[in-house]
Amino acid sequence: MSNVNVYKQRPDAAQAESPLFHASLHELVGKGSRNAGVNLREKKLLGHLTLRGDASDPTFASGVHSALGMELPVALTLTSSGDTSLQWMSPDEWLLIVPSGEEFAVEQKLREALAGQHISIVNVSGGQTLLELSGSKVREVLMKSTSYDVHPSNFPVGKAVATHFAKAQLVIRHTGEHTWELVIRRSFSDYFWLWLQDASAEFGLNISQ
Amino acid sequence: MLNIYCPHCSEMRSEEEFHAHGQAHIARPEDPGACSDAEWGDYIFFRDNPRGIHHELWVHSAGCRKFFNATRHTVTYEILETYKIGEKPSVTEASVAAAKASAEGVTA
Ligand SMILES: [Zn+2]
Repeated sequence: MSNVNVYKQRPDAAQAESPLFHASLHELVGKGSRNAGVNLREKKLLGHLTLRGDASDPTFASGVHSALGMELPVALTLTSSGDTSLQWMSPDEWLLIVPSGEEFAVEQKLREALAGQHISIVNVSGGQTLLELSGSKVREVLMKSTSYDVHPSNFPVGKAVATHFAKAQLVIRHTGEHTWELVIRRSFSDYFWLWLQDASAEFGLNISQ
Repeated sequence: MLNIYCPHCSEMRSEEEFHAHGQAHIARPEDPGACSDAEWGDYIFFRDNPRGIHHELWVHSAGCRKFFNATRHTVTYEILETYKIGEKPSVTEASVAAAKASAEGVTA
């Protein structure tokens, strides 16, 4: 175990608020258009951990596997197991997303499995959030928002890229045929929320929980 | 709009995702304390400004956020190759001149 100061960033007793708390999304559930082409759901307050290490080092890869039961994904891909996902962010960096409240235990497990190695684990849960978009018109909304090619021939299910979106930056993850996720920075959450409402208006937007 | 091949993402990406960071392959002096002012000033401030082949440092800032090198023609803006830090360029002023000479049937 390293001597890094690891602590529970979100105590059980504290009232947590997502970056879109002010938007009161729960009050909008069911009030959107019928037959909406776009469904939006904030997967809020999940545990986001940034993991860094040497992918070519077998002891790193096997350590991650023993702690998570998942293989390190290769460039521009995402692997998931239940509600946990591991995404390639750069050649030596991955984003691990775990169910809300599990991040502290998972971080300790990873640190134990990777003890003595040249690695870094940072809990970034407070800095970003996840939006899930589903529906037949989601791809149309993405096409209006980013120059990245989101056609299935270039962007199959399981691919994930960091790119420009609405003149800002985020991560787009293709998680199901008509399901996509956006990893957005906390400080941009209101901007993207406004952008997505506007971009989805012509297709009908529904908020789900 | 240019598409640039990121050697880390291994695919073509839009130019707006990248930033250029000037001349590549500038080695930091092994012992800065032993440099003369002229040598240190040359390392810090002076850069080539060729007409033709130029090796540059780029970063995929909106994507994987990794640095890499690109060989670019400063007249046509054509990006002839991109390669990882630590690798050597395959396209150089000399290789372009040799290719041109052989295309014209000139033997050295
Ligand atoms: Zn890249």
